[in-house]
Amino acid sequence: MSEAKALEAPIFEARDLSRHFDVSKPALQRLLSREGRRTLRAVDGVSFAIPRGTTFSLVGESGCGKSTVARLAVGLYPPSGGAALFEGQDLAEARKSVAQRRRMGMIFQDPYASLNPRWRVSDIVAEPLRAFGIAEGAAALREKAGALLRQVGLSPADGGRYPHEFSGGQRQRISIARALSSNPDFLVCDEPTSALDVSVQAQILNLMKGLQRDLGLTYLFISHNLAVVRQVSDRVGVMYLGRIVEAAPAETLFTTPRHPYTRALMEAIPDLDMAGRERQPVAGEVPSPIDPPSGCTFNPRCPLANGRCRAERPALIPARGTPQTLVACHAVEEGRDGFEGRAAA
Amino acid sequence: MAAPLLEVRDLVVEFPGRRGTLRALDKVSLDIAPGEVLGMVGESGAGKSMTGAAIIGLLEPPGRIAGGSISLGGQRIDNLSRRQMQRIRGKRIGAIFQDPLTTLNPLYTVGDQLAETMRTHLDIDAAEARRRAVGWLEAVGIPAAADRVTAYPHQFSGGMRQRVVIALALCAEPELVVADEPTTALDVSVQAQVIALLRRLTREKGTSVMLITHDMGVIAETADRVAVMYAGRVAEIGPVKSVVKAAAHPYSAGLMASIPPLSHRVDRLPQIDGAMPRLNAIPQGCAYNPRCPHVFDRCRVERPELLPAVETRAACWLFDSHAPRERAHV
Repeated sequence: MSEAKALEAPIFEARDLSRHFDVSKPALQRLLSREGRRTLRAVDGVSFAIPRGTTFSLVGESGCGKSTVARLAVGLYPPSGGAALFEGQDLAEARKSVAQRRRMGMIFQDPYASLNPRWRVSDIVAEPLRAFGIAEGAAALREKAGALLRQVGLSPADGGRYPHEFSGGQRQRISIARALSSNPDFLVCDEPTSALDVSVQAQILNLMKGLQRDLGLTYLFISHNLAVVRQVSDRVGVMYLGRIVEAAPAETLFTTPRHPYTRALMEAIPDLDMAGRERQPVAGEVPSPIDPPSGCTFNPRCPLANGRCRAERPALIPARGTPQTLVACHAVEEGRDGFEGRAAA
Repeated sequence: MAAPLLEVRDLVVEFPGRRGTLRALDKVSLDIAPGEVLGMVGESGAGKSMTGAAIIGLLEPPGRIAGGSISLGGQRIDNLSRRQMQRIRGKRIGAIFQDPLTTLNPLYTVGDQLAETMRTHLDIDAAEARRRAVGWLEAVGIPAAADRVTAYPHQFSGGMRQRVVIALALCAEPELVVADEPTTALDVSVQAQVIALLRRLTREKGTSVMLITHDMGVIAETADRVAVMYAGRVAEIGPVKSVVKAAAHPYSAGLMASIPPLSHRVDRLPQIDGAMPRLNAIPQGCAYNPRCPHVFDRCRVERPELLPAVETRAACWLFDSHAPRERAHV
């Protein structure tokens, strides 16, 4: 990357971004059982920046808040706290302008739910063109839709068919074509391959990588699958109960994971190379985000937890030993995670 | 090898419909030895769950067994009446499904469900059943089992529920457990716990397992042998290491190659172009022939049976020893 480009502002930035949901019982019930309001902190102070033309991935288990971040990043939810910035401008402000709005798009997890079954594929793909006033007239729209379908590996003739006539992988290609139609710069991809079979997943990941190379796209990629994340990401954030616990360049994260949760997660994943190997499963389960543990939220499952971990929330700071990694862990900060010993071995 | 516990021979499952009959399983044959874990893999719609459902006698109507046979310990079980099958299910074949909430009855405590299953199938009294229920909850790692035995399913977390389901499947000491995507609904960190538990308990009791999953990582860790299914047929079957590392069938090889590795980054993932055919449009000959890089004339006409390949058996004409010339151009 050239000097000038490196200095360029990130295309998307989350600054201490939060999203809380009110999950209280109805007022009368609260009154009768003398309960207070209950708040679910789905996203609790998350910060990251995505430079142009790169992929930032958020990985974590269900309920960690990664999909909520995806929705915040395209403005489907307003933040409860902090800010989402698109090219340095507040996202809500940016989304008031059509010219800016067309520059961001989203690819959803389930290609069976995200395509209108009553619309022909060419209409689905051309809808953003119409909505943003990029192209007008039936002939122009059809031609543009055909070109988009060809770009994602389908045939322009497929435009006349309906979504149910396509397989899951082909449908995901259609949603990618739709996302590309407004010529966006920034795409938020929420588990784009989780609903697909593995051989089809490879097709879609290759397609997304090719499009990024050809069109200079920037991706915010959400996934629970660490192996997939390793294949596509430049930088990765690991989320646990609404917070980023570790963020690092992809290679660094996978070669030297630092947070005990990241390490446990990697250890827990069955890999083809591990045939017959006994793994050490992580103890316990993800606690409820409504009533998260105090201090570091991972402390009840963490082998390194001590009094400080139960009391004080750790900040996301450069890790001792691997300063390009940001990690929120007292044990790493204090050097009691055994990293020096492992690195020397 | 000892006499197989489960023998499936040329099993055909059909779904009669208005526009003709769909053949969901087309001459599936496989064996499971006593104490063996057989993994079933394949893409959605390949027929792996259908095979499991046929074995436990729970095919969704109008699906029906239209040919072939299923034998358990030498006894045919595919032609039994519903009542006879009910006695086998639970007692001799246990089942674990993907979603523990639909397996457990929300209106009964987990202890009652365990006790009822054991009293139905084993000759024990209520007090003994209750005692064993606590023992099973302990065995599957439920903390404070003696107290939790009176809890209802909704009072357990997802991972704990799946542990209860495992206890329920194993409590009548069946010879075979059919586990259909037992960890798919669970988080990765919990998956590992549940798989380790299932493996330990079945090994201790010498139970055979049919493990159906799309997660090759789980299979690689757990199974002794693997059957790869494609379009309602077994494409390849063999020892787990051979299928994962040196698959003979071009489809299994492509499937294994397309799994993103966790250990390193590749510039471009190997992919299989196209998609699995729908049941009403299965091509003539080998079902994989339109996507196969090694296809030749015979594949488009004649359906291959399972043939001895290098370390496995593969339904692929490349391994027909009577026509060795065909292999020359591979």
